[in-house]
Amino acid sequence: MLDSTTKKQLAIQACKVRMGVIEGVFNAHSGHPGGSLSITDALVWLYHKEMNVDPTNPKDPARDRFVLSKGHCAPALYAVLAQKGYFPEEELKSLRHTGAMLQGHPDMKGTPGVDMSTGSLGQGISAAAGMALATRFNGKNYRVYTILGDGEIQEGQVWEAAMFAAAKKLDNLVAMVDNNNLQIDGTVAEVNSPYPIDEKFAAFGWHVINIDGHDFDQIADALAEARTVKGKPTAIIMKTVKGKGVSFMEDQVSWHGSAPNEAQYKQAMEELSAALAQLQA
Amino acid sequence: MADVLKKATREAYGDALVAIAEEFPQMVVLDADLAAATKTGTFKKKYPERFIDCGIAEGNMIGIAAGLAAADCPVFASSFAMFAAGRAFEQIRNSVGYPHLNVKIGATHAGISVGEDGATHQCCEDIALMRTIPGMVILNPADYTETQQAVRAAAAHNGPVYLRFGRLAVDNIFGDDYKFEIGKGVQLTDGTDVTIIATGLMVGEAIAAQKALAAEGISARLINMATIKPIDADIIRKAAAETGAIVTAEEHNIIGGLGSAVAEVVCESVPVPVVRVGVNDTFGKSGPAKELLKVFGLDSDHIVAAAKQAVALKK
Repeated sequence: MLDSTTKKQLAIQACKVRMGVIEGVFNAHSGHPGGSLSITDALVWLYHKEMNVDPTNPKDPARDRFVLSKGHCAPALYAVLAQKGYFPEEELKSLRHTGAMLQGHPDMKGTPGVDMSTGSLGQGISAAAGMALATRFNGKNYRVYTILGDGEIQEGQVWEAAMFAAAKKLDNLVAMVDNNNLQIDGTVAEVNSPYPIDEKFAAFGWHVINIDGHDFDQIADALAEARTVKGKPTAIIMKTVKGKGVSFMEDQVSWHGSAPNEAQYKQAMEELSAALAQLQA
Repeated sequence: MADVLKKATREAYGDALVAIAEEFPQMVVLDADLAAATKTGTFKKKYPERFIDCGIAEGNMIGIAAGLAAADCPVFASSFAMFAAGRAFEQIRNSVGYPHLNVKIGATHAGISVGEDGATHQCCEDIALMRTIPGMVILNPADYTETQQAVRAAAAHNGPVYLRFGRLAVDNIFGDDYKFEIGKGVQLTDGTDVTIIATGLMVGEAIAAQKALAAEGISARLINMATIKPIDADIIRKAAAETGAIVTAEEHNIIGGLGSAVAEVVCESVPVPVVRVGVNDTFGKSGPAKELLKVFGLDSDHIVAAAKQAVALKK
């Protein structure tokens, strides 16, 4: 169990990242707020507590790696990278703008802290597995984390990668599935059900943990457990709420890929500011 | 003597991987269950710990290659051209090309000369596909010697490279003094009436065509164009200016391959007739490779006819 001070600090960081998501998507007039908000807590834990990374040395060959396989949720990744100090938070306001550093989907060549260019669904987990495999050849001892969408796992390549990672015993690889249950055309069950997600990963030879993706205790415990697993990769199935933290976006598929207007932006920021003030009180 | 040297470029690829292994100590070789055919098996035998079989999952193999390369391990990833450039096109585009990673794709069994396996395995579209990816280097060596050098050059190059190899044994054309360089065409014979620009398996046919044309009083310059991208625009422009007509020869669809690359340069700088010899926008068929090359017009006779056509177009 995390102590209450740590938990409060994480909640504050997550709240600020959510504000960064809204800021970015609002100023871009486009982007993907729903899934960005559902992976925020996991990202905050990974970058602030779990991973061995140093924003002053983003290309350190010995660093842990993170691959955002669901690359469209870049606004959350960018907000947490800015919070960690990889680049000024001011950059978030130019997300998706012509000539800006922050592309619509992560670009490892242009953005400090981005370990892999992603956006085409299903491809990030393969690259993450490749990075995990590389420790056998590059003499380094790091871990690799990736976050997948629950819709994304409809891509066949995810299961090619899942088969590979288990067959090659990549126990330094952790795949976290953001199970917010919604994709563009509806619920994942309606569109093309990937359920039961945990049993599928288990059948592919992974160690599987089911958690509430918004509970820092459970996130911390699952990732600690993953470190103890030998000879197989770990899949963490995170039950999450799409749009988490902004009342009118929560569990609404319409906020998968649309930006708030001025009034909605104000309301979202007011809600998040109030939550932040309460946490800081 | 020539028979002794007759080897497929895929054989040269496998041998070359072994030859460069110590030079590039973090290099990893991947395959998708075709190691015996692509000849990465030669490397596997010598360096089993540095060989990873990804199984029959080419899209994932390219992603694995991207991850390895992003973590400072240069990679050669192999399959048949159809399943590397074809099936895994989008993975190559997004996971390798866009981040410009150090992934070398060793694609074997390119073209019609796959033979009996037929159309599903005869990839005549790979150069066209790979040419459209920004920053991709495309190498199509002609013989054993050139393949050896091309593989080493690819390993030393920083960025993605697509290497195209054949199944069919071909004569060794080049001697030990041959120097391959990425981005440079090599003039094999000088000529004044027409220039033949050939790549890969068609270089041997082009040499025969050049001799046949000479016997008929037509002076053909012959250029081996092993690098399709970046194309050697200088040698093409010079040939266009000095000979006034060009023939291209490739074991690939005439759409999008060497012929297109040459025509693009010629049209925008020194417009002269360009006649393309290649697979005429059709699917392949089963049959012995050598018979198929004739059936699909991939031989010296067709190059000779194309050269005469190009010369006639000058007037």
